[in-house]
Amino acid sequence: MLITRRAEFSASHVCAQPALTPEQNRELYGAAANPSGHGHNYVLEVTLEGDPDPVTGMVFDLKRLKELIQQTVIDPMDHRFLNYEVPPFDRIVPTTENVAAEIWSRLSPHFGDGNPRLNNVRLYETDDLFVDYPGGRP
Amino acid sequence: MRVTRRYRFAASHRLHSSAFTELQNRELYGKCNNPYGHGHDYVLDVTATGPVDPSSGLVVHVPTLDRLVSERVLRDFDHRYINADLAEFKALVPTSENIMRVIEDRLMTHWSEVFPGQWPRLEGIRLRETKRNFFELTP
Repeated sequence: MLITRRAEFSASHVCAQPALTPEQNRELYGAAANPSGHGHNYVLEVTLEGDPDPVTGMVFDLKRLKELIQQTVIDPMDHRFLNYEVPPFDRIVPTTENVAAEIWSRLSPHFGDGNPRLNNVRLYETDDLFVDYPGGRP
Repeated sequence: MRVTRRYRFAASHRLHSSAFTELQNRELYGKCNNPYGHGHDYVLDVTATGPVDPSSGLVVHVPTLDRLVSERVLRDFDHRYINADLAEFKALVPTSENIMRVIEDRLMTHWSEVFPGQWPRLEGIRLRETKRNFFELTP
């Protein structure tokens, strides 16, 4: 069975590589390369997979999942400029893909391979663009 | 990793098959058989898959995907009467299932022109006809 918890955070970022010229960054990332940054209301959906505990009837305590997301993702990222305030985005470009993979790596240590396991991280940058990362090779 | 981009188009259609009588069409397709057609605000999700490029941090160059979908799908489907304005539907009932097949075919035909490498690949498309129904197709 799959269970999903949704959370939101607002953050700013710049998508640009130091090794590229401003023109090359503009070509690759479009308006997202604006050096001063811009922001999004990110929507995060964390999905766990497992069998309900026969006593509690729950795959995982959703209150506990909410706290985990709050502590590992929302508190550090909400109302922050990702490039300047949230490592590793001082070193890697905070594309939606890379932010989703970072969220996976922050959450996955809290779950094993058994019951439940982390099934998927979905991150909406806007209503019209989202990424799904089910672990493994990013 | 999968990246999904959402697009919208408004189009009208009529569900009617020459294989059936007028009465059979009316029974099978119901209101969708109305002779003058009717329309929907379709929502199209296009999902690309591939590894994240370590330099760019991207799976897919979204402006390129936008251009492909715009030129090959939206330009022809948006604000059109699908039965009358699209050649593929001269003899094909424009159910959402068939619209999905046509869109997938158009995207697959031109995919390698804009994405010539091994990645990204077209993972699938999803078409929402109304808020209460949607259709998914994986190539």
